[in-house]
Amino acid sequence: MLFCYVALLPIVALFLYVRIIPIGFSFLLSFYKWNLISPRRPFVGFDNYLGLLDDENFILALKNTTIYSFSTVLLSTAIALPLAVFLSRKSRLSAFYQTVYFLPVITPMVPVSIAWKWIYDYNYGILNYGFSLVGLPSVPWLTDPDIALWALVVMGVWKVLGYNMVLFLVGIRNIPLEYMEAASLDGASDWQRFWRITLPLLRPILLYVLVTSTIAAYNVFTQVYVMTLGSQSAPGQAVRMLVFDIYTNGFQFFRMGYASAEAVILTLIVLGLTVVQFSLVREDKVKEG
Amino acid sequence: MARKRSLGRRIGLVACHVVLMTGGLLMVLPMLWMLVTAFKSAAEIAIWPPVFLPKEWSFENFSGAFETAPFARFFLNSVLIAVVSTVSVIVTSLVAGTVFGKYQFPGRGLLFGMVLATAIVPFEAYMIPLYIQLVDIEWVNTYQGIILPYLFMAFGIFLMRQHVSSAIPTELMEAGRVDGAGEWWIMARVIAPLSGNALSAVGIFAFIQGWGIFIWPLLVANDQMLFNMELGLTAFQFRFSADTGKLMAGSVVSVVPMLIVFILLRRRIIENMALTGLKG
Repeated sequence: MLFCYVALLPIVALFLYVRIIPIGFSFLLSFYKWNLISPRRPFVGFDNYLGLLDDENFILALKNTTIYSFSTVLLSTAIALPLAVFLSRKSRLSAFYQTVYFLPVITPMVPVSIAWKWIYDYNYGILNYGFSLVGLPSVPWLTDPDIALWALVVMGVWKVLGYNMVLFLVGIRNIPLEYMEAASLDGASDWQRFWRITLPLLRPILLYVLVTSTIAAYNVFTQVYVMTLGSQSAPGQAVRMLVFDIYTNGFQFFRMGYASAEAVILTLIVLGLTVVQFSLVREDKVKEG
Repeated sequence: MARKRSLGRRIGLVACHVVLMTGGLLMVLPMLWMLVTAFKSAAEIAIWPPVFLPKEWSFENFSGAFETAPFARFFLNSVLIAVVSTVSVIVTSLVAGTVFGKYQFPGRGLLFGMVLATAIVPFEAYMIPLYIQLVDIEWVNTYQGIILPYLFMAFGIFLMRQHVSSAIPTELMEAGRVDGAGEWWIMARVIAPLSGNALSAVGIFAFIQGWGIFIWPLLVANDQMLFNMELGLTAFQFRFSADTGKLMAGSVVSVVPMLIVFILLRRRIIENMALTGLKG
């Protein structure tokens, strides 16, 4: 028993210091006004939260992040699911496709964002070249505030597609073959089998993928940072996202309490999504039981 | 009738492959475009219509990038961060996973619950207080400060706990004890060798994560000598944003180690990601 405590002590201490304490501290700090340097740290109650309600940047960031997250997740799921269904059939090329589609998942975000920024370039970008080949006019993908957010969505879908696809693929392969065979014998078409067997049995994984990738998408930061940096960039407002706003308030304006209030909101959003997932999965279990 | 249907099916199959191939091409295109741009001369980058392959493959952008900014240093920093983080994550996951998975002691549920409950909270939500803590102990702008949050991984602890409690027979540990082995010895000589797959899964995750960290170094590393590749690239982009060739060369250097890891271990990585993702 002593062994257990001795073994865990350094890990638990580290865990407390880099996770539990900061999480608690973050809630506490959100009720104070502090610029990181000043010895004065006045308690301001809910002022930071009330301030957020009137803060155009924050509202915009919340709106943009929500649009970004839901669009990225829905699009990537809508594409990944049929891909997974197709790849679940025995095919010699299946492993090859998996490798190719999975590649973006493991590549680091900064270089990939730099590459996409170059693809989206108004003057020399390969995307506008592709458009010119089919007779379409050049589009200012990043510099037009109405389009920039969608340019980020496209890149986000590209990055996460393979991951979702592989998860769905494992889920589909876990569906007992007998179900499919029985359905085929009864004369069910491919479509019927998909809607009546594959999709219902895939529901837990579908839920898992939807919720976890929404949570991940809410933390979007690196792409935004890279795409708004330097020349030919996206205008900051058009792609302002929650974490970027936290970063700006905290580390450019040194409004630590205010930025912490934003961070608390982010935490609550993530917790809310998690609760939704848990309750939906539990609902499934109750129905089955 | 039957023949007609099978012909229709075959056409459908070919159509599917055409769609998948086109999609696959789109998946690798950004990386390919980055690669070929890195080998083009400045004049060739700024021509319209663009040409895909460089007329002459030139390493000028690479040498230029490494001369303009200390990319060699950035690269070594990335290696250091990723390796230290990976080793530490493997060790802490093994130890905590074993203890949580195979031992009974007061506080076990509470401690494990704590790991479980906070795993979902995104790092970005508590980076500010963590930064303030590091200011207090004067670890801002140090290697240890950059690496600190990546020394363990809640997810690695779950995975190892799951693995140890289900796949390692308790009798094996008992046999070791009868022979007079200590608990540390059992962990190192009985459990670790039987956990190769799970530990390598954890290690691969940690390495990919450690290589790509960005927002935390952005906060705590002010001295250029501490930048990792990711941070170095954005700093370079900020100062020389018009120098596309060098920027792409730097990006290629940052991507290549991950590509090598992926090509060597692709099947294992994809399987691990899938299985562990589902368990989580």
